[in-house]
Amino acid sequence: MIATQNIPKTSTQKRRSRGAAWWVYAILILGSVVTAFPFLWMVLTSLKTYQDVFQPGIFPPNPTLENYNEVLRNTGFLRWFVNSIGVAIVSTISVLIFDSMVAYTLAKLRFPGKEIIFVLILSTLMIPTEMLVIPWYLGALKLGIANTYFAIALPGMITAFGIFLLRGFFESIPDELFDAGRLDGLSEFGLYTRIGLPLITPALAALAIFNFLGNYNAYLWPLIIIQSPEIRTLPIGIALFSGEAGAEWHLIMTASSLAVIPVLIVFAIFQKQIIEGVVLTGTKG
Amino acid sequence: MNQAPRQKTLKLAQRQAIWAYVFLIVPLAFFLLVRIYPAFDSLRLSLLDFNSPLKPAPFIGLDNFKELFSDKVFLRSLWNTLLYTLIGVPAQLVLGLGIAMLLSSINKGRGWLRAVYFAPYITPIVASAWVWQWLLNKNFGPVNALLTSIGIPAQPFLMSPDQALYAAVALVVWQQLGFQIVIFIAGLEGVPRMYYEAAELDGASPWQRFWYMTLPLLNATLVFSVVIATNGFLQLFTQIANLNPTDKGGPLDSTLTVALYIYRAGFESSRYGYAAAVTVVLFVIILLFTILQLTVLRKRVDY
Repeated sequence: MIATQNIPKTSTQKRRSRGAAWWVYAILILGSVVTAFPFLWMVLTSLKTYQDVFQPGIFPPNPTLENYNEVLRNTGFLRWFVNSIGVAIVSTISVLIFDSMVAYTLAKLRFPGKEIIFVLILSTLMIPTEMLVIPWYLGALKLGIANTYFAIALPGMITAFGIFLLRGFFESIPDELFDAGRLDGLSEFGLYTRIGLPLITPALAALAIFNFLGNYNAYLWPLIIIQSPEIRTLPIGIALFSGEAGAEWHLIMTASSLAVIPVLIVFAIFQKQIIEGVVLTGTKG
Repeated sequence: MNQAPRQKTLKLAQRQAIWAYVFLIVPLAFFLLVRIYPAFDSLRLSLLDFNSPLKPAPFIGLDNFKELFSDKVFLRSLWNTLLYTLIGVPAQLVLGLGIAMLLSSINKGRGWLRAVYFAPYITPIVASAWVWQWLLNKNFGPVNALLTSIGIPAQPFLMSPDQALYAAVALVVWQQLGFQIVIFIAGLEGVPRMYYEAAELDGASPWQRFWYMTLPLLNATLVFSVVIATNGFLQLFTQIANLNPTDKGGPLDSTLTVALYIYRAGFESSRYGYAAAVTVVLFVIILLFTILQLTVLRKRVDY
Protein backbone atom coordinates (compact mmCIF):
# COMPACT_ATOMS: atom_id res chain seq x y z
CA MET A 1 0.00 0.00 0.00
CA ILE A 2 2.81 2.32 0.90
CA ALA A 3 5.19 1.04 -1.71
CA THR A 4 2.80 1.98 -4.50
CA GLN A 5 4.01 5.57 -4.25
CA ASN A 6 7.42 4.53 -5.51
CA ILE A 7 6.18 2.37 -8.35
CA PRO A 8 6.25 4.17 -11.72
CA LYS A 9 2.86 5.58 -12.51
CA THR A 10 0.74 3.52 -14.85
CA SER A 11 -0.69 5.00 -17.98
CA THR A 12 -4.14 5.29 -16.42
CA GLN A 13 -2.84 7.27 -13.49
CA LYS A 14 -1.08 9.65 -15.84
CA ARG A 15 -4.23 10.11 -17.80
CA ARG A 16 -6.25 10.70 -14.67
CA SER A 17 -3.81 13.23 -13.26
CA ARG A 18 -3.58 15.14 -16.52
CA GLY A 19 -7.34 15.38 -16.33
CA ALA A 20 -7.22 16.82 -12.81
CA ALA A 21 -9.35 19.91 -13.23
CA TRP A 22 -8.37 23.36 -12.04
CA TRP A 23 -11.17 23.30 -9.49
CA VAL A 24 -9.55 20.30 -7.75
CA TYR A 25 -6.43 22.39 -7.19
CA ALA A 26 -8.51 25.41 -6.23
CA ILE A 27 -10.32 23.49 -3.49
CA LEU A 28 -7.18 21.78 -2.22
CA ILE A 29 -5.16 25.00 -2.10
CA LEU A 30 -7.97 26.91 -0.42
CA GLY A 31 -8.30 24.10 2.13
CA SER A 32 -4.57 24.07 2.80
CA VAL A 33 -4.53 27.84 3.29
CA VAL A 34 -7.33 27.51 5.85
CA THR A 35 -5.42 24.65 7.51
CA ALA A 36 -2.13 26.53 7.64
CA PHE A 37 -3.57 29.89 8.64
CA PRO A 38 -3.66 29.25 12.42
CA PHE A 39 0.11 28.54 12.33
CA LEU A 40 0.76 31.67 10.33
CA TRP A 41 -1.38 33.78 12.65
CA MET A 42 0.39 32.30 15.67
CA VAL A 43 3.89 33.06 14.37
CA LEU A 44 2.95 36.52 13.07
CA THR A 45 1.40 37.44 16.42
CA SER A 46 4.51 36.25 18.24
CA LEU A 47 6.52 38.79 16.21
CA LYS A 48 4.30 41.72 17.21
CA THR A 49 4.78 44.17 20.05
CA TYR A 50 2.17 44.37 22.82
CA GLN A 51 0.61 47.50 21.23
CA ASP A 52 0.52 46.09 17.72
CA VAL A 53 -1.30 42.92 18.82
CA PHE A 54 -4.49 44.90 19.26
CA GLN A 55 -4.19 46.76 15.97
CA PRO A 56 -5.95 45.48 12.86
CA GLY A 57 -3.78 43.73 10.31
CA ILE A 58 -2.25 40.31 10.09
CA PHE A 59 1.37 41.24 9.54
CA PRO A 60 3.49 42.79 12.33
CA PRO A 61 4.23 46.45 11.49
CA ASN A 62 7.31 46.42 13.76
CA PRO A 63 8.48 42.79 13.78
CA THR A 64 10.51 41.87 16.86
CA LEU A 65 12.02 38.79 18.49
CA GLU A 66 11.82 40.41 21.92
CA ASN A 67 8.84 38.20 22.86
CA TYR A 68 10.95 35.08 22.40
CA ASN A 69 13.65 36.57 24.55
CA GLU A 70 11.09 37.38 27.23
CA VAL A 71 9.35 33.99 27.23
CA LEU A 72 12.63 32.07 27.28
CA ARG A 73 14.02 34.29 30.06
CA ASN A 74 10.94 34.44 32.29
CA THR A 75 9.53 30.94 32.03
CA GLY A 76 10.80 27.43 32.55
CA PHE A 77 10.26 26.80 28.87
CA LEU A 78 13.55 25.01 28.22
CA ARG A 79 13.06 22.92 31.35
CA TRP A 80 9.53 21.91 30.25
CA PHE A 81 10.83 21.10 26.81
CA VAL A 82 13.63 18.90 28.17
CA ASN A 83 11.19 17.23 30.60
CA SER A 84 8.76 16.41 27.79
CA ILE A 85 11.48 15.09 25.50
CA GLY A 86 12.95 13.06 28.38
CA VAL A 87 9.64 11.46 29.37
CA ALA A 88 8.81 10.79 25.72
CA ILE A 89 12.20 9.17 25.02
CA VAL A 90 12.15 6.96 28.11
CA SER A 91 8.61 5.71 27.52
CA THR A 92 9.28 5.17 23.83
CA ILE A 93 12.38 3.06 24.53
CA SER A 94 10.45 1.07 27.11
CA VAL A 95 7.54 0.58 24.72
CA LEU A 96 9.86 -0.62 21.95
CA ILE A 97 11.54 -3.17 24.22
CA PHE A 98 8.52 -4.53 26.09
CA ASP A 99 5.91 -4.29 23.35
CA SER A 100 8.17 -6.12 20.91
CA MET A 101 9.02 -8.79 23.49
CA VAL A 102 5.36 -9.49 24.25
CA ALA A 103 4.40 -9.30 20.58
CA TYR A 104 7.15 -11.75 19.62
CA THR A 105 6.14 -14.15 22.38
CA LEU A 106 2.47 -14.07 21.40
CA ALA A 107 3.24 -14.43 17.70
CA LYS A 108 6.03 -16.97 17.61
CA LEU A 109 6.38 -18.96 20.84
CA ARG A 110 4.19 -21.85 21.96
CA PHE A 111 3.39 -22.12 25.65
CA PRO A 112 0.47 -22.93 27.97
CA GLY A 113 -1.83 -20.02 28.79
CA LYS A 114 -1.12 -18.11 25.57
CA GLU A 115 -4.78 -17.51 24.66
CA ILE A 116 -5.73 -16.24 28.12
CA ILE A 117 -2.80 -13.81 28.18
CA PHE A 118 -3.66 -12.61 24.69
CA VAL A 119 -7.30 -11.92 25.61
CA LEU A 120 -6.24 -10.29 28.88
CA ILE A 121 -4.00 -7.78 27.09
CA LEU A 122 -6.54 -7.26 24.29
CA SER A 123 -9.26 -6.43 26.84
CA THR A 124 -7.21 -3.55 28.28
CA LEU A 125 -7.62 -1.69 24.96
CA MET A 126 -11.26 -1.18 25.91
CA ILE A 127 -10.50 0.70 29.12
CA PRO A 128 -10.49 4.49 28.68
CA THR A 129 -7.65 6.36 30.42
CA GLU A 130 -10.21 8.42 32.32
CA MET A 131 -11.26 5.27 34.15
CA LEU A 132 -7.71 4.67 35.34
CA VAL A 133 -6.43 8.09 36.40
CA ILE A 134 -8.23 8.22 39.77
CA PRO A 135 -6.83 4.87 41.00
CA TRP A 136 -3.43 5.78 39.49
CA TYR A 137 -3.42 9.07 41.38
CA LEU A 138 -4.51 7.54 44.69
CA GLY A 139 -2.01 4.70 44.21
CA ALA A 140 0.83 7.12 43.44
CA LEU A 141 0.00 9.06 46.62
CA LYS A 142 0.03 5.85 48.65
CA LEU A 143 3.37 4.73 47.18
CA GLY A 144 4.85 8.18 47.62
CA ILE A 145 5.76 8.49 43.94
CA ALA A 146 3.30 11.27 43.05
CA ASN A 147 5.00 14.28 41.51
CA THR A 148 7.95 12.32 40.07
CA TYR A 149 9.14 11.74 36.51
CA PHE A 150 8.65 8.03 37.13
CA ALA A 151 4.95 8.54 37.87
CA ILE A 152 4.50 10.67 34.73
CA ALA A 153 6.06 8.03 32.49
CA LEU A 154 4.88 4.81 34.18
CA PRO A 155 1.39 4.37 32.66
CA GLY A 156 2.79 4.65 29.13
CA MET A 157 5.74 2.29 29.54
CA ILE A 158 3.99 -0.67 27.84
CA THR A 159 1.07 -0.34 25.43
CA ALA A 160 -1.48 -2.92 24.28
CA PHE A 161 -1.77 -1.01 21.00
CA GLY A 162 1.93 -1.47 20.21
CA ILE A 163 1.77 -5.15 21.12
CA PHE A 164 -1.03 -5.76 18.62
CA LEU A 165 0.66 -3.74 15.93
CA LEU A 166 3.97 -5.60 16.27
CA ARG A 167 2.35 -9.00 16.75
CA GLY A 168 0.81 -8.67 13.29
CA PHE A 169 4.22 -7.98 11.79
CA PHE A 170 5.94 -10.84 13.65
CA GLU A 171 3.22 -13.23 12.49
CA SER A 172 3.90 -12.38 8.86
CA ILE A 173 7.49 -13.65 9.19
CA PRO A 174 7.59 -17.29 8.00
CA ASP A 175 8.32 -19.84 10.74
CA GLU A 176 10.96 -21.44 8.51
CA LEU A 177 13.29 -18.51 9.14
CA PHE A 178 13.18 -19.16 12.87
CA ASP A 179 13.61 -22.90 12.39
CA ALA A 180 16.68 -22.19 10.29
CA GLY A 181 17.97 -19.94 13.05
CA ARG A 182 17.49 -22.72 15.58
CA LEU A 183 19.47 -25.12 13.40
CA ASP A 184 22.23 -22.50 13.29
CA GLY A 185 22.32 -22.64 17.07
CA LEU A 186 20.61 -19.36 17.92
CA SER A 187 18.98 -19.25 21.36
CA GLU A 188 15.31 -18.27 21.66
CA PHE A 189 16.47 -14.82 22.74
CA GLY A 190 18.78 -14.70 19.74
CA LEU A 191 15.89 -15.56 17.42
CA TYR A 192 14.00 -12.56 18.77
CA THR A 193 16.88 -10.08 18.55
CA ARG A 194 18.70 -11.39 15.44
CA ILE A 195 15.81 -12.50 13.22
CA GLY A 196 12.56 -11.09 14.59
CA LEU A 197 13.47 -7.49 15.40
CA PRO A 198 15.50 -6.69 12.24
CA LEU A 199 12.64 -7.88 10.04
CA ILE A 200 10.09 -5.55 11.61
CA THR A 201 12.15 -2.34 11.81
CA PRO A 202 9.62 -0.30 9.75
CA ALA A 203 6.91 -1.20 12.25
CA LEU A 204 9.21 -0.40 15.18
CA ALA A 205 10.02 2.99 13.65
CA ALA A 206 6.33 3.72 13.12
CA LEU A 207 5.48 2.73 16.68
CA ALA A 208 8.34 4.86 18.00
CA ILE A 209 7.13 7.96 16.14
CA PHE A 210 3.52 7.44 17.17
CA ASN A 211 4.41 6.80 20.77
CA PHE A 212 6.83 9.71 21.00
CA LEU A 213 4.22 12.15 19.68
CA GLY A 214 1.59 10.77 22.04
CA ASN A 215 3.84 11.23 25.05
CA TYR A 216 5.09 14.64 23.97
CA ASN A 217 1.45 15.73 23.75
CA ALA A 218 0.13 13.94 26.85
CA TYR A 219 -1.98 16.23 29.00
CA LEU A 220 -4.55 14.56 31.28
CA TRP A 221 -2.28 12.36 33.39
CA PRO A 222 0.63 14.85 33.68
CA LEU A 223 -1.89 17.54 34.67
CA ILE A 224 -3.06 15.34 37.55
CA ILE A 225 0.25 13.97 38.78
CA ILE A 226 2.59 16.98 38.43
CA GLN A 227 2.70 19.45 41.28
CA SER A 228 6.13 21.05 41.32
CA PRO A 229 7.10 23.48 38.56
CA GLU A 230 10.46 21.83 37.86
CA ILE A 231 8.97 18.56 36.56
CA ARG A 232 6.28 20.17 34.40
CA THR A 233 6.07 18.86 30.86
CA LEU A 234 5.65 21.21 27.91
CA PRO A 235 1.83 21.01 27.55
CA ILE A 236 1.36 21.62 31.28
CA GLY A 237 3.86 24.48 31.33
CA ILE A 238 2.35 26.14 28.25
CA ALA A 239 -1.18 25.86 29.62
CA LEU A 240 -0.23 27.34 33.01
CA PHE A 241 1.88 30.09 31.52
CA SER A 242 -0.83 31.05 29.03
CA GLY A 243 -3.45 31.00 31.77
CA GLU A 244 -1.40 33.41 33.85
CA ALA A 245 -0.47 35.66 30.92
CA GLY A 246 -4.01 37.11 30.74
CA ALA A 247 -4.43 39.21 27.64
CA GLU A 248 -0.75 39.17 26.70
CA TRP A 249 -1.47 37.36 23.48
CA HIS A 250 1.92 38.22 21.99
CA LEU A 251 3.55 36.16 24.77
CA ILE A 252 0.99 33.34 24.63
CA MET A 253 1.49 33.02 20.88
CA THR A 254 5.26 33.10 21.40
CA ALA A 255 5.05 30.23 23.89
CA SER A 256 2.80 28.33 21.48
CA SER A 257 5.22 28.97 18.61
CA LEU A 258 8.07 27.68 20.73
CA ALA A 259 6.10 24.49 21.38
CA VAL A 260 4.97 24.05 17.79
CA ILE A 261 7.98 25.11 15.69
CA PRO A 262 10.37 22.30 16.77
CA VAL A 263 7.66 19.75 15.97
CA LEU A 264 7.03 21.31 12.56
CA ILE A 265 10.76 21.36 11.75
CA VAL A 266 11.12 17.69 12.65
CA PHE A 267 7.99 16.98 10.62
CA ALA A 268 9.32 18.89 7.61
CA ILE A 269 12.51 16.80 7.66
CA PHE A 270 10.95 13.39 8.31
CA GLN A 271 7.60 14.12 6.64
CA LYS A 272 7.55 11.02 4.50
CA GLN A 273 8.60 8.64 7.27
CA ILE A 274 6.16 10.14 9.78
CA ILE A 275 3.18 9.95 7.44
CA GLU A 276 4.08 6.42 6.36
CA GLY A 277 4.46 5.48 10.00
CA VAL A 278 0.99 6.76 10.78
CA VAL A 279 -0.40 4.82 7.81
CA LEU A 280 1.38 1.70 9.01
CA THR A 281 0.03 1.95 12.56
CA GLY A 282 -3.37 2.95 11.24
CA THR A 283 -3.92 0.27 8.64
CA LYS A 284 -2.33 -2.67 10.41
CA GLY A 285 -3.02 -1.76 14.03
CA MET B 1 11.28 -30.26 12.96
CA ASN B 2 8.97 -33.25 12.53
CA GLN B 3 11.93 -35.47 11.87
CA ALA B 4 13.70 -34.32 15.03
CA PRO B 5 13.88 -36.86 17.84
CA ARG B 6 10.97 -36.69 20.26
CA GLN B 7 13.18 -35.71 23.14
CA LYS B 8 14.60 -32.74 21.26
CA THR B 9 11.08 -31.46 20.43
CA LEU B 10 10.07 -31.72 24.04
CA LYS B 11 13.12 -29.80 25.04
CA LEU B 12 12.29 -27.14 22.46
CA ALA B 13 8.73 -26.85 23.79
CA GLN B 14 10.02 -26.47 27.32
CA ARG B 15 12.64 -23.98 26.25
CA GLN B 16 10.01 -21.92 24.41
CA ALA B 17 7.69 -21.94 27.41
CA ILE B 18 10.45 -20.78 29.74
CA TRP B 19 11.45 -17.96 27.38
CA ALA B 20 7.81 -17.02 26.95
CA TYR B 21 7.29 -16.58 30.66
CA VAL B 22 10.58 -14.71 31.04
CA PHE B 23 9.50 -12.32 28.28
CA LEU B 24 6.02 -11.95 29.70
CA ILE B 25 6.55 -11.62 33.43
CA VAL B 26 7.23 -7.88 33.62
CA PRO B 27 4.60 -6.86 31.01
CA LEU B 28 1.98 -9.12 32.57
CA ALA B 29 2.60 -7.65 36.01
CA PHE B 30 2.33 -4.22 34.38
CA PHE B 31 -1.00 -4.94 32.70
CA LEU B 32 -2.45 -6.45 35.87
CA LEU B 33 -1.26 -3.67 38.18
CA VAL B 34 -1.48 -0.60 35.92
CA ARG B 35 -4.51 -1.42 33.75
CA ILE B 36 -6.73 -4.21 35.01
CA TYR B 37 -6.56 -3.70 38.77
CA PRO B 38 -7.17 0.09 38.53
CA ALA B 39 -10.16 -0.48 36.25
CA PHE B 40 -11.77 -2.71 38.87
CA ASP B 41 -10.67 -0.28 41.56
CA SER B 42 -12.63 2.48 39.79
CA LEU B 43 -15.66 0.22 39.93
CA ARG B 44 -15.11 -0.22 43.70
CA LEU B 45 -14.52 3.51 44.27
CA SER B 46 -17.77 4.31 42.45
CA LEU B 47 -19.65 2.62 45.31
CA LEU B 48 -17.93 4.68 48.01
CA ASP B 49 -18.46 8.14 49.43
CA PHE B 50 -14.76 8.84 48.95
CA ASN B 51 -13.70 12.47 49.22
CA SER B 52 -10.21 12.33 50.71
CA PRO B 53 -7.45 9.71 50.77
CA LEU B 54 -7.01 10.52 54.47
CA LYS B 55 -10.59 9.99 55.64
CA PRO B 56 -12.66 6.79 55.83
CA ALA B 57 -14.82 6.20 52.77
CA PRO B 58 -18.18 4.62 53.66
CA PHE B 59 -19.85 2.19 51.27
CA ILE B 60 -22.96 3.83 49.80
CA GLY B 61 -24.04 1.32 47.17
CA LEU B 62 -25.37 2.90 44.00
CA ASP B 63 -25.97 6.33 45.54
CA ASN B 64 -23.30 7.95 43.35
CA PHE B 65 -25.04 6.66 40.22
CA LYS B 66 -28.44 7.79 41.50
CA GLU B 67 -27.03 11.24 42.13
CA LEU B 68 -25.44 11.26 38.67
CA PHE B 69 -28.69 10.88 36.83
CA SER B 70 -30.25 13.83 38.60
CA ASP B 71 -27.06 15.92 38.29
CA LYS B 72 -27.85 18.57 35.67
CA VAL B 73 -24.18 19.35 35.03
CA PHE B 74 -23.37 15.69 34.40
CA LEU B 75 -26.39 15.29 32.12
CA ARG B 76 -25.25 18.38 30.25
CA SER B 77 -21.77 16.90 29.81
CA LEU B 78 -23.31 13.65 28.57
CA TRP B 79 -25.51 15.47 26.05
CA ASN B 80 -22.60 17.62 24.89
CA THR B 81 -20.39 14.57 24.41
CA LEU B 82 -23.03 12.91 22.24
CA LEU B 83 -23.45 16.14 20.29
CA TYR B 84 -19.67 16.43 19.73
CA THR B 85 -19.61 12.86 18.46
CA LEU B 86 -22.67 13.14 16.24
CA ILE B 87 -21.45 16.38 14.62
CA GLY B 88 -17.72 15.81 14.69
CA VAL B 89 -17.44 12.24 13.39
CA PRO B 90 -19.46 12.80 10.17
CA ALA B 91 -17.70 16.13 9.61
CA GLN B 92 -14.29 14.50 9.94
CA LEU B 93 -15.26 11.59 7.73
CA VAL B 94 -16.83 13.58 4.91
CA LEU B 95 -14.06 16.19 4.81
CA GLY B 96 -11.35 13.57 5.28
CA LEU B 97 -12.60 11.30 2.51
CA GLY B 98 -13.36 14.25 0.21
CA ILE B 99 -9.92 15.79 0.52
CA ALA B 100 -8.26 12.37 0.30
CA MET B 101 -10.08 11.67 -2.98
CA LEU B 102 -9.08 15.04 -4.41
CA LEU B 103 -5.47 14.53 -3.30
CA SER B 104 -5.41 11.06 -4.84
CA SER B 105 -6.51 12.47 -8.17
CA ILE B 106 -3.57 14.86 -8.53
CA ASN B 107 0.15 14.30 -8.94
CA LYS B 108 1.82 17.67 -8.80
CA GLY B 109 2.15 19.12 -5.31
CA ARG B 110 0.37 16.19 -3.74
CA GLY B 111 3.05 15.48 -1.14
CA TRP B 112 3.24 19.10 -0.05
CA LEU B 113 -0.50 19.57 0.21
CA ARG B 114 -0.80 16.36 2.19
CA ALA B 115 1.92 17.58 4.57
CA VAL B 116 0.08 20.87 5.15
CA TYR B 117 -3.18 19.07 5.95
CA PHE B 118 -1.33 16.70 8.25
CA ALA B 119 0.66 19.31 10.20
CA PRO B 120 -2.07 20.19 12.77
CA TYR B 121 -2.26 16.53 13.77
CA ILE B 122 1.27 16.51 15.17
CA THR B 123 1.01 19.99 16.72
CA PRO B 124 0.79 20.00 20.53
CA ILE B 125 -2.94 20.20 21.30
CA VAL B 126 -2.56 22.66 24.17
CA ALA B 127 -0.78 25.15 21.93
CA SER B 128 -3.39 24.66 19.17
CA ALA B 129 -6.23 25.38 21.58
CA TRP B 130 -4.63 28.66 22.66
CA VAL B 131 -4.05 29.67 19.06
CA TRP B 132 -7.75 29.03 18.33
CA GLN B 133 -8.80 31.16 21.28
CA TRP B 134 -6.88 34.04 19.78
CA LEU B 135 -8.01 33.22 16.24
CA LEU B 136 -11.67 33.37 17.31
CA ASN B 137 -11.30 36.36 19.63
CA LYS B 138 -14.33 38.61 19.26
CA ASN B 139 -12.52 41.95 19.08
CA PHE B 140 -9.09 41.16 17.66
CA GLY B 141 -9.34 37.78 15.94
CA PRO B 142 -8.85 37.47 12.17
CA VAL B 143 -11.98 35.34 11.72
CA ASN B 144 -14.16 38.16 12.98
CA ALA B 145 -12.13 40.67 10.99
CA LEU B 146 -12.99 38.65 7.90
CA LEU B 147 -16.67 38.43 8.87
CA THR B 148 -17.03 42.15 9.51
CA SER B 149 -15.24 42.96 6.27
CA ILE B 150 -17.98 41.14 4.36
CA GLY B 151 -20.75 42.76 6.38
CA ILE B 152 -21.46 40.04 8.97
CA PRO B 153 -21.39 41.23 12.61
CA ALA B 154 -18.55 39.92 14.80
CA GLN B 155 -19.46 36.68 16.57
CA PRO B 156 -18.54 35.76 20.16
CA PHE B 157 -17.74 32.10 19.22
CA LEU B 158 -16.04 30.62 22.30
CA MET B 159 -17.64 33.21 24.57
CA SER B 160 -21.18 32.25 23.55
CA PRO B 161 -23.03 29.28 25.10
CA ASP B 162 -24.74 28.74 21.73
CA GLN B 163 -21.63 28.77 19.55
CA ALA B 164 -18.77 27.52 21.72
CA LEU B 165 -19.44 23.82 21.14
CA TYR B 166 -19.34 24.23 17.36
CA ALA B 167 -16.15 26.28 17.59
CA ALA B 168 -14.65 23.45 19.65
CA VAL B 169 -15.73 20.88 17.04
CA ALA B 170 -14.01 23.01 14.40
CA LEU B 171 -10.76 22.90 16.37
CA VAL B 172 -10.89 19.12 16.76
CA VAL B 173 -11.75 18.57 13.10
CA TRP B 174 -8.95 20.91 12.00
CA GLN B 175 -6.53 19.04 14.19
CA GLN B 176 -7.61 15.44 13.41
CA LEU B 177 -8.43 15.84 9.73
CA GLY B 178 -4.87 15.17 8.56
CA PHE B 179 -4.88 11.77 10.20
CA GLN B 180 -8.14 10.84 8.48
CA ILE B 181 -6.85 12.10 5.13
CA VAL B 182 -3.66 10.07 5.37
CA ILE B 183 -5.58 6.91 6.34
CA PHE B 184 -8.10 7.43 3.51
CA ILE B 185 -5.37 8.03 0.93
CA ALA B 186 -3.79 4.73 1.94
CA GLY B 187 -7.20 3.06 1.67
CA LEU B 188 -7.83 4.55 -1.78
CA GLU B 189 -4.42 3.38 -2.99
CA GLY B 190 -5.49 -0.13 -2.08
CA VAL B 191 -8.41 -0.04 -4.53
CA PRO B 192 -7.23 -1.71 -7.73
CA ARG B 193 -7.17 0.72 -10.68
CA MET B 194 -8.63 -1.81 -13.07
CA TYR B 195 -11.92 -1.75 -11.15
CA TYR B 196 -12.28 1.90 -12.08
CA GLU B 197 -11.27 1.25 -15.67
CA ALA B 198 -13.84 -1.51 -15.94
CA ALA B 199 -16.54 0.66 -14.40
CA GLU B 200 -15.63 3.54 -16.71
CA LEU B 201 -15.90 1.25 -19.73
CA ASP B 202 -19.28 0.06 -18.50
CA GLY B 203 -20.41 3.70 -18.46
CA ALA B 204 -20.74 4.13 -14.69
CA SER B 205 -21.10 7.79 -13.69
CA PRO B 206 -18.59 9.25 -11.21
CA TRP B 207 -21.30 9.21 -8.53
CA GLN B 208 -22.11 5.55 -9.23
CA ARG B 209 -18.43 4.68 -9.12
CA PHE B 210 -18.11 6.42 -5.75
CA TRP B 211 -21.26 4.94 -4.23
CA TYR B 212 -21.07 1.37 -5.53
CA MET B 213 -17.31 0.87 -5.72
CA THR B 214 -15.18 3.27 -3.72
CA LEU B 215 -17.29 3.24 -0.56
CA PRO B 216 -17.78 -0.54 -0.34
CA LEU B 217 -14.12 -1.21 -1.15
CA LEU B 218 -13.06 1.29 1.50
CA ASN B 219 -15.20 -0.38 4.13
CA ALA B 220 -12.33 -1.55 6.34
CA THR B 221 -10.78 1.92 6.27
CA LEU B 222 -14.13 3.52 7.03
CA VAL B 223 -14.72 1.26 10.03
CA PHE B 224 -11.27 2.12 11.36
CA SER B 225 -11.79 5.86 10.82
CA VAL B 226 -15.20 5.87 12.47
CA VAL B 227 -13.95 3.95 15.50
CA ILE B 228 -10.90 6.20 15.97
CA ALA B 229 -12.87 9.41 15.47
CA THR B 230 -15.70 8.31 17.77
CA ASN B 231 -13.33 7.33 20.55
CA GLY B 232 -11.55 10.65 20.19
CA PHE B 233 -14.77 12.63 20.59
CA LEU B 234 -16.12 10.45 23.41
CA GLN B 235 -12.92 11.12 25.39
CA LEU B 236 -12.53 14.77 24.42
CA PHE B 237 -10.61 16.62 27.14
CA THR B 238 -7.43 18.53 26.33
CA GLN B 239 -8.92 20.78 23.65
CA ILE B 240 -11.93 21.73 25.78
CA ALA B 241 -9.90 22.30 28.95
CA ASN B 242 -7.67 24.72 27.04
CA LEU B 243 -10.27 26.55 24.98
CA ASN B 244 -11.77 28.14 28.07
CA PRO B 245 -9.12 27.65 30.75
CA THR B 246 -10.62 29.94 33.39
CA ASP B 247 -14.01 28.23 33.16
CA LYS B 248 -13.19 24.70 31.94
CA GLY B 249 -16.17 23.46 29.91
CA GLY B 250 -17.79 26.90 29.85
CA PRO B 251 -19.42 29.22 29.10
CA LEU B 252 -22.29 27.90 31.24
CA ASP B 253 -21.05 24.31 30.79
CA SER B 254 -21.91 24.55 27.10
CA THR B 255 -18.67 22.82 26.03
CA LEU B 256 -18.31 20.50 29.04
CA THR B 257 -17.52 16.87 28.15
CA VAL B 258 -17.81 13.76 30.29
CA ALA B 259 -14.02 13.42 30.45
CA LEU B 260 -13.68 17.01 31.60
CA TYR B 261 -16.43 16.50 34.18
CA ILE B 262 -14.47 13.53 35.56
CA TYR B 263 -11.49 15.83 36.00
CA ARG B 264 -13.56 18.57 37.64
CA ALA B 265 -15.38 16.22 40.01
CA GLY B 266 -12.30 14.19 40.91
CA PHE B 267 -9.41 16.61 40.92
CA GLU B 268 -10.99 20.02 41.43
CA SER B 269 -13.72 18.99 43.91
CA SER B 270 -11.91 15.91 45.31
CA ARG B 271 -15.06 13.79 44.94
CA TYR B 272 -13.13 10.66 43.93
CA GLY B 273 -16.00 8.20 44.45
CA TYR B 274 -18.42 10.31 42.46
CA ALA B 275 -15.89 10.91 39.67
CA ALA B 276 -15.20 7.15 39.56
CA ALA B 277 -18.93 6.59 38.99
CA VAL B 278 -18.73 8.95 35.99
CA THR B 279 -15.78 6.96 34.61
CA VAL B 280 -17.85 3.77 34.84
CA VAL B 281 -20.62 5.46 32.83
CA LEU B 282 -18.06 6.64 30.26
CA PHE B 283 -16.69 3.11 29.97
CA VAL B 284 -20.18 1.73 29.33
CA ILE B 285 -20.85 4.40 26.68
CA ILE B 286 -17.60 3.64 24.85
CA LEU B 287 -18.37 -0.08 25.02
CA LEU B 288 -21.87 0.42 23.60
CA PHE B 289 -20.58 2.62 20.78
CA THR B 290 -17.87 0.11 19.89
CA ILE B 291 -20.32 -2.80 19.79
CA LEU B 292 -22.77 -0.74 17.75
CA GLN B 293 -20.12 0.29 15.24
CA LEU B 294 -18.68 -3.15 14.81
CA THR B 295 -22.08 -4.80 14.28
CA VAL B 296 -23.48 -2.12 11.96
CA LEU B 297 -20.36 -1.39 9.93
CA ARG B 298 -18.83 -4.87 9.73
CA LYS B 299 -21.93 -6.24 8.02
CA ARG B 300 -20.97 -4.64 4.75
CA VAL B 301 -17.55 -6.29 4.42
CA ASP B 302 -18.55 -8.81 1.77
CA TYR B 303 -16.29 -7.79 -1.07
